[in-house]
Amino acid sequence: MESIAPGAGFERRSRLRAGEVLLWLAIAAAPLYVPGHLVLASQILITALFALSLDLLLGYGGMISLGHAAYFGTGAYTAGLLAQHGWSEPISGLVAAMLVAAALGFAASFVIVRLSGVALLMVTLGLGLLLFELANALADITGGSDGLQGVEIAPLLGLFGFDMVGRTGFVYAYLVALGAFALVRRIVHSPFGLSLQGYRENPARMAQIGAPMAARLRLVNTISAGLAGLAGGLLAQTTQFVGLDALGFERSAEVVIILILGGGGRLYGGLVGALVFMIGRDVLSEANPEYWYFWLGLILVLVVLFMPQGILGGGAALLVRLRGRAALGEAAR
Amino acid sequence: MTAPTPALATSGLSKSFGALGVARSIDFALPAGARHALIGPNGAGKTSFINLLTGALAPDAGRISLSGTDITEMPTHRRVKLGLVRTFQITSLFPDFTPLESLTMTICEREGVAGRMLRGFRRLSHLADEAHALLAGIGLADSAHAITRTLPYGRQRLLEIGVALAARPRVLLLDEPAAGVPEKESGALLEAIAALPDDIAVMFIEHDMDLVFRFARSITVLVAGQVLCEGTPAQIAEDARVREVYLGAHFDG
Amino acid sequence: MAVELLTLLFNGLAYGVLLFLMAIGLSVTMGMMNFVNLAHGAFAMLGGYLGISLTTRAGVPFLAALPLVFVAVGAVGAGIEVTLYRRFYRSPQLTHVLFTIGLTFMAVAGATYVWGSQIAAMRVPDWLIGQTMFLGLQVGSYRLFLLLVGGAIALALVFGLERTRFGAMVRATVDNRRMAQSLGIDVGRVFSLTFALGSGLAGLGGALAVNFLGGIQPAFPLGYLLVYFLIVVTVGGLGSTLGALAAALLLGLADAAAKFYAPVIASFAIYLVMVVLLMWRPHGILGRR
Repeated sequence: MESIAPGAGFERRSRLRAGEVLLWLAIAAAPLYVPGHLVLASQILITALFALSLDLLLGYGGMISLGHAAYFGTGAYTAGLLAQHGWSEPISGLVAAMLVAAALGFAASFVIVRLSGVALLMVTLGLGLLLFELANALADITGGSDGLQGVEIAPLLGLFGFDMVGRTGFVYAYLVALGAFALVRRIVHSPFGLSLQGYRENPARMAQIGAPMAARLRLVNTISAGLAGLAGGLLAQTTQFVGLDALGFERSAEVVIILILGGGGRLYGGLVGALVFMIGRDVLSEANPEYWYFWLGLILVLVVLFMPQGILGGGAALLVRLRGRAALGEAAR
Repeated sequence: MTAPTPALATSGLSKSFGALGVARSIDFALPAGARHALIGPNGAGKTSFINLLTGALAPDAGRISLSGTDITEMPTHRRVKLGLVRTFQITSLFPDFTPLESLTMTICEREGVAGRMLRGFRRLSHLADEAHALLAGIGLADSAHAITRTLPYGRQRLLEIGVALAARPRVLLLDEPAAGVPEKESGALLEAIAALPDDIAVMFIEHDMDLVFRFARSITVLVAGQVLCEGTPAQIAEDARVREVYLGAHFDG
Repeated sequence: MAVELLTLLFNGLAYGVLLFLMAIGLSVTMGMMNFVNLAHGAFAMLGGYLGISLTTRAGVPFLAALPLVFVAVGAVGAGIEVTLYRRFYRSPQLTHVLFTIGLTFMAVAGATYVWGSQIAAMRVPDWLIGQTMFLGLQVGSYRLFLLLVGGAIALALVFGLERTRFGAMVRATVDNRRMAQSLGIDVGRVFSLTFALGSGLAGLGGALAVNFLGGIQPAFPLGYLLVYFLIVVTVGGLGSTLGALAAALLLGLADAAAKFYAPVIASFAIYLVMVVLLMWRPHGILGRR
């Protein structure tokens, strides 16, 4: 302990690790080793991005949302509707998706920062269902339960068309996800990120250290909504379709499950959770899609009972224990 | 020359919950550099008084001023920025943070950089260094990197004071700082309280009369939301009304 | 016009009473232990399916099936409380939410496995089918039955909580758990019994709801019903029986009126009203905390 320089803890944590670089290189190489599964790979990245947006709010800020699909779906419908009405350029469409979702998040944040506990659960749940029912009622515009048809996306940068194999879609999703992770990484390792985690640890104490949290929570809700909208927009553009399920309660619940499964407040929890979840769903629901929810529920129950810190948290704890045992073993020798 | 402005003052401060008056027209002044104890029987309104001072409760009537600035309407976090800082009777820390993180976060708030989103700590290492020095000053250097919830209770109470000090208070309100600390851990805590800088005005609530008479240079007795009397420890110890309130029990030893 | 309005009032109240029966257990147990049990709707679903199986497969008469469902679902609730929920009372609310969503998903898939994903209907006696004259009004027989039975149970509950010794213990525990404990009330036992009672009522409500809603499906506890429960609980105020009753009746009326007058916006107008209500009074219309 004595050898650690006073402030070193912070610098070390925010330093880019070799493992992270390797991880992103390994993902980038996916077309080499799973060329036939690039659509699934893009969807994992999109889901990871969605889970990352929730991580900022729930994992770092400790604020629960049971209606995060509201922002995801808003982004998806924004991108989808733009393309359907002739604005097929993908990048500007994606930016629009992010901005509209962020605007919704900003508006909602004025309600959200005033609430906690069950009331917060209710309002986020209610917001999600409200948008779902709204989209369902406005079937003339959204296509209702048939979904949004006729979404045509122009080639990326005018050069790379979105094809059935999903190569362009994968690269596109990869770059957007990489950028979002870099941004969130920066935020959580900043003084702002530290105060956000302080709020998670002890909301009542923050005012007593002089922190004006309401404004910061509004900001973080806006950013989180924007990132969720980005994920939704990506899904709409890469699949060229938007269904009502983009706004559904199941999607809101799933993203919470994915984050908890991977481990909240650890930056890569959403990515790990998305990977396990999406592949698991692919395998388990292939046999019997109706019972997929049984496995999903069971996973959730087991994680809560035995691994409350998620895969990453459980892994970290295991590592610490193994190291401790190794050290003991060495000492014994 | 007029009398120097008190570090903290209230006039006619009142608050009631229905029929229960927890603060009844309290006039109070805490001079700069004070070591002041607020005592009184359970339910006298001591913690409510602190909650009024920090802004956790809004008064029904009366004013509060900090070094002459009226802060009655000010939100809590702005009072902290002006130097009015408290600790909690029931330990209120950041369980998964290290002490170093807790103090660095507080210092970032004080320095006005805590809203920075895109700045890393590499360029703010002097703030972490200051946090570490502060921890060393109260004897917590060897716990700087430990997880707060794993610390022994006495060290958590110390950290409670450390977090408050990191906000660089001009007025420090300590709510039962030694409550529940086992005797073998209390030494470091009492040292830290004794070593508080002279330029900080300190007011503390305490039930342990040994502590009160050890640290306080002046005492206010609060009963049923009203100031019963004020004075030096010797005057309070002699006061018949105080004896009556406490039935003499605590004052004999 | 007046007849139309009265019919609407009647249907709304019948629905409100049903919602109250299904949600009251959630309100009281949440008020008592601060345990957010999103799986509460699964008890209602279980009650519905048990009722269907009893009446159609086992040939048990409808009126005899209802108390059986109440007891069976209550026992299941007590079992889950003792074996699973108890260990989470000190955990953060997020844990409650996750764990009970997990249980709900499992219950939905389990119901699909046992009863299939089709809409299932209840067998009710002939005298509950068709229309009856009531106070000069032509009303559905089943709705009248619902209103009378549900209303009687609701009244019994409200008075039971106010007048009986157990009711006093429940109220004391909701009010201040620690104080109740120090007064010698076995809080754990009171809670288990309350939880069993609440689950049983949800099951009974679920069985009664089948015929009212025109059948049930496995996704029953995930859909709008969960939200309606939570609306009753939060708008009524945690642990407040009268608040829950008022909220349930209001919600039933609002739902009936909205579906009649403005079917297109009805579904989301209800959520809008809820969000506004919660902003205005985060602790419910009659809530204290």
